[in-house]
Amino acid sequence: MYKLYLRSLISVLFLLGFSLNANAEFKVGFVYVGPTGDHGWTYQHHEGRNAVEALGIKTTYVESVPEGADAERVIRQLAQSGHDLIFTTSFGYMDPTNKVAKDFPNVKFEHATGYKREHSNVSTYSARFYEGRTLLGHMAGKMTKTNTIGYIASFPIPEVIRGINAMTLAAQKVNPDIKTKIVWVFTWYDPGKESEAAQALIDQGADIIMQHTDSTAPVQVAEKAGVWSFGQASDMQRFAPKSILTSIIDDWAPYYVERSIAARDGTWKQQDTWHGLKEGMVAMAPYNSAMGSDLVKEVEQLQKDLASGKAHSFTGPIYDQKGNVLVAEGAVADDGMLAGMNVYVKGVEGDIPQ
Amino acid sequence: MIKIEKRNDVSRSIYFLTPVLAIFLTLIGGAIIFYILGFNPIEALKFFFITPISDLYGLSELLVKATPLCLIAIGLSFCFKSNNWNIGAEGQLIFGGIVGGGVALLFYNHDGFYVLPIIILSGALGGMLFAMIPAILKTYFNTNEILVSLMLVYVAKLLLDYLVVGPWSNPEGFNFPETRQFSESARMPILFDGLRIHAGIFITLITVFLSWLILYKTYLGFQIKVSGLSLKTAKYAGFKGKTMIIIVFMISGACAGLAGVGEITGPIGQLHRNISPDYGFTAIIVAFLGRLNPVGIIFASLIVALTYLGAETAQIFLQVPKYTGQVFQGMILFFLLGSDYLLFFKIKFLGLKKNEL
Repeated sequence: MYKLYLRSLISVLFLLGFSLNANAEFKVGFVYVGPTGDHGWTYQHHEGRNAVEALGIKTTYVESVPEGADAERVIRQLAQSGHDLIFTTSFGYMDPTNKVAKDFPNVKFEHATGYKREHSNVSTYSARFYEGRTLLGHMAGKMTKTNTIGYIASFPIPEVIRGINAMTLAAQKVNPDIKTKIVWVFTWYDPGKESEAAQALIDQGADIIMQHTDSTAPVQVAEKAGVWSFGQASDMQRFAPKSILTSIIDDWAPYYVERSIAARDGTWKQQDTWHGLKEGMVAMAPYNSAMGSDLVKEVEQLQKDLASGKAHSFTGPIYDQKGNVLVAEGAVADDGMLAGMNVYVKGVEGDIPQ
Repeated sequence: MIKIEKRNDVSRSIYFLTPVLAIFLTLIGGAIIFYILGFNPIEALKFFFITPISDLYGLSELLVKATPLCLIAIGLSFCFKSNNWNIGAEGQLIFGGIVGGGVALLFYNHDGFYVLPIIILSGALGGMLFAMIPAILKTYFNTNEILVSLMLVYVAKLLLDYLVVGPWSNPEGFNFPETRQFSESARMPILFDGLRIHAGIFITLITVFLSWLILYKTYLGFQIKVSGLSLKTAKYAGFKGKTMIIIVFMISGACAGLAGVGEITGPIGQLHRNISPDYGFTAIIVAFLGRLNPVGIIFASLIVALTYLGAETAQIFLQVPKYTGQVFQGMILFFLLGSDYLLFFKIKFLGLKKNEL
């Protein structure tokens, strides 16, 4: 007899499950440019997704989606297969995201690091990574013996130039003699090229290596060469435990959670988000005690000041390489200037590739 | 003792059926892999091979993806049939894209029915010229065309990088590594509203027909086939080897260039660093899976295109790792080469003789 009950119970549960399914469960989709195991950019977005999933919200991701003709199809498939909110996490998805958004007005789209919001269902978001660079500059200026900082840069876009400038300004403040040497690798992720660049910078006398690329190769080269380094995007400490002073961490989790809840509850609105240390979108990995407790304290204080707004990464006077004033004494650069930044500040060597 | 013997008579029908067998074996292999990964194999295969093409949009995407693969593979078949190993179709595609894209930028904000044809022709010409480098080096300086054509892929990639970062980058694009969006007059006409399938498919079909005509109905086609079967015979017959080598490379390069220009004027609409997800290399699999035969290549390009779409769908619905698509492509080639071996060679198991014991 109980078997019969069990059977009917199962069929009821089955029907219930079926009807719930038909009710179109709220789903969030993610499009990644790299593999989830890159230990950098995509890894951090995936951590953000995990935080959304932990809320009990169903999520889907597609990794290693090329930024070419394929991106549009993947984004469209996510929209078509019932995803209500879609995060496209690389700059190259900007046009495809806007194109698909036009055809799916009821689906919300969030594009990372872009500037086009052509439809009311597209938001953009990015982080003020440059605030982290200011902290790196402070440490670099204090820790360097050769007064030469090596910087591995990806593409000459405003975000990267902003990082170089913020770092250089902060380093100059504590050490007026520093020089920033840059190698452009024209890639976000290429361990081979990145390690060659790191080695070249070390050979040119840099005893601090920092990177605006995503692989762990540069910190590993620095570890071997016995120079200081900084991790990028995620905490890379375990790849170079002696060499890494700290890492700038992209923490997307709070934003992804907030936006997912908003979209689920119907309170999602189009916006352009640019969060930093204050909101926690930019976070710092634990500081290496090898730099001495005094310096750690200084940096922690500076981090607090940047977060509270007491300090700003781009406080005047700021000069360009030729000595023209970019920001007057006492003023701070506004977001418009930061967003379009395309000149080096004084003290950076070389020219921006054009 | 195992002895391997060459088979003298290979049936033509079996020769063309082995790719089907290879695909069948790949499905079985795939099912086993899915099972090991903890997925229901039938369901996974359904998401992989049926769901992506179960609606009009999916079918259109399949054709969008298969178009460049088919074009490049058709071109490669000329080279491969005549024993010329052009491995650099990817570079020829990119160079064709660069030349076509440059012309498209030249015609920025310029209307006229002639704009698109000029862009397409210049793209084909670009690919053709780029492919002539390994051909001329091979014929006149006896260099290895595999190495030269492969290395030129990196040259083309770096040139594209340089152009989109520097001189050709969008003046309003905040230095991001991409050009402007081409004007409407420089874009392939879309065939159906809401779908991405574009006029490039006609170029592909015409190319397939022309290559069939050349390969099977002309003296050049005959020369190509004879040289492929036996270079010595071709020499005795008095064929001009050098000219033929250059011509097959030109055809191959032009096809790859067309594929490149089709991508940038079709679904992409601008130049940036990622105009091809290695179509030029994948097309090598397509060419062999299609038995270097124009009709076979059409089917092969559709199947390989499906492995790309399937990998995306399977990841969306089941979170199967996306790299399974590449595993499937690898398996198809593996099973094809494996069955080819058994097709052309006999394996004999001989008993051990007493004195060997």
